[in-house]
Amino acid sequence: MTPTPLERVEGGGGPSPRQSEENGRGAWIAVISTVVVFGLLIALVLNSQYWPAVQRQFFNWGHFKTSFPLVLDGFWLDIKMFIVAEILILVIGLAVAMARSLRGPAYTPMRLLMIGYIDLARGLPLLLLILLMGFGIPSLRLPGVPNSALFWGVAALVFSYSAYTAEVYRAGIDSVPESQRMSARSIGLTQGQALWHVVVPQAVRNVIPALLNGFVSLQKDVALVFVLGVREGLREADIYNARTFNYTSYIAAAVLFLLVSVPVARFTDWYSDRQRKRMQAMST
Amino acid sequence: MSDPKLSIRGVGKSFDGKEVLREVDLDVANHEVVCLIGSSGSGKSTLLKCINLLVPIDKGEIVLDGARVTGPGVNSNTVRHTMGIVFQAFNLFPHMRVIDNVTLGPRKAHRVPKEQAEQDAWVLLERFGLVDKAREYPDRLSGGQQQRVAIVRALASRPSLMLLDEVTSALDPELVGEVLAVIQDLKTEGMTMVVATHEMGFARDVADRVCFLDAGVVLEQGPPAEIFTRPQHPRTQQFLERIVEARRL
Repeated sequence: MTPTPLERVEGGGGPSPRQSEENGRGAWIAVISTVVVFGLLIALVLNSQYWPAVQRQFFNWGHFKTSFPLVLDGFWLDIKMFIVAEILILVIGLAVAMARSLRGPAYTPMRLLMIGYIDLARGLPLLLLILLMGFGIPSLRLPGVPNSALFWGVAALVFSYSAYTAEVYRAGIDSVPESQRMSARSIGLTQGQALWHVVVPQAVRNVIPALLNGFVSLQKDVALVFVLGVREGLREADIYNARTFNYTSYIAAAVLFLLVSVPVARFTDWYSDRQRKRMQAMST
Repeated sequence: MSDPKLSIRGVGKSFDGKEVLREVDLDVANHEVVCLIGSSGSGKSTLLKCINLLVPIDKGEIVLDGARVTGPGVNSNTVRHTMGIVFQAFNLFPHMRVIDNVTLGPRKAHRVPKEQAEQDAWVLLERFGLVDKAREYPDRLSGGQQQRVAIVRALASRPSLMLLDEVTSALDPELVGEVLAVIQDLKTEGMTMVVATHEMGFARDVADRVCFLDAGVVLEQGPPAEIFTRPQHPRTQQFLERIVEARRL
């Protein structure tokens, strides 16, 4: 969509004095309405009849100070699980998406296999998968297979998330025009080479925001392995609560998860915005 | 005529029940330039894609250098190594620099070492006046430059047959000339070419033979002087009249 010359003149050249005046007023309205709304909400909570009790149970500074280091200790395990799982997910998801995108009758069994896997992995609740794999596989006591709950918990996360991620990649692969694949084939590349050298690089660029979204989601979902008894952050918070009957340790865990996920979420927004602007600049 | 470079016999192709190529017969000799003309939808583009095996044919056969290249038991990847095709919309790879666009085929399909492939690419880019664009990304180039890069990319695999699919149709009028000059240059060099085009003036100048395609068949063919001045078939006459009216000839 190319703007007509007239639109270009009107759109360019920065805001007019009147516009910037309006922008200034808009900013004031935003600040005031934010303060009013959040102020009211906080006042409502703090004035409720049971707030003092809740504060003692959930927002207890003393408990926060004692539980935080314990939870943090476990939280490092969350971070480690997240990093290992995410790397595997990005690789496996791409492999699955590529296998699914190959065309021709010879690849039909592989395509069906991939579709079956994706349906299975996406069709089961993640928590159920973690319970099944985390408790089920170790009890088989298969020779040469790790028996730790931690291993199978992470495996379950990878199993589930890879399927979603494969679908994200596939959307990216489908978004690359068919003509790109065709011209790659025309210079003699095989199907696999055309995918790998031409389609996938463009596809990945198109889905980076969606992949980052998956990061945020996984970063929290690693805590689900706590049901297997793995002593990660949430488990430590739970143990603290069981010992003291105080819930502030959960708040400590919440703070830790937020510290990691909020920056990633902000970065995702910033990146998508930048990409969108770039696409607009390119299309004019 | 010695054995033809390319021989198309009774080729037909349908998409979703719509017959785009009905029955095409066409021989192309070595070093010959054949221009395909005809209105949009007459099957020119589809025919070129069939020759390049990008679109599988439904019936008939295509013989290249004496060997059948359609039907079972043919590795389309190796067949394509001997042909280059250039599309209307350039289709350069936007995420690669010009030099990488050009060397990708030789490096991956022909297993040419990187340095060698780049050296060859430089020679080609030099020849077509694109050396200073080698490190640019395609979106920094004009349409004419992009199309020239696309031609260079096709040439990089050292094809003995070039297929050009309306390569100037997407260009601003002032950029058409530079691309046509490149094709003229290839002809002088002796390249065998099949060119689908709407540029009748160009077809008249460059073609050894002009084929008029209509509704999926080659309705009439002959030297440009004959087709353009004394078309036999009423459909051809009608088509050329409309072209003259539109001042394209």
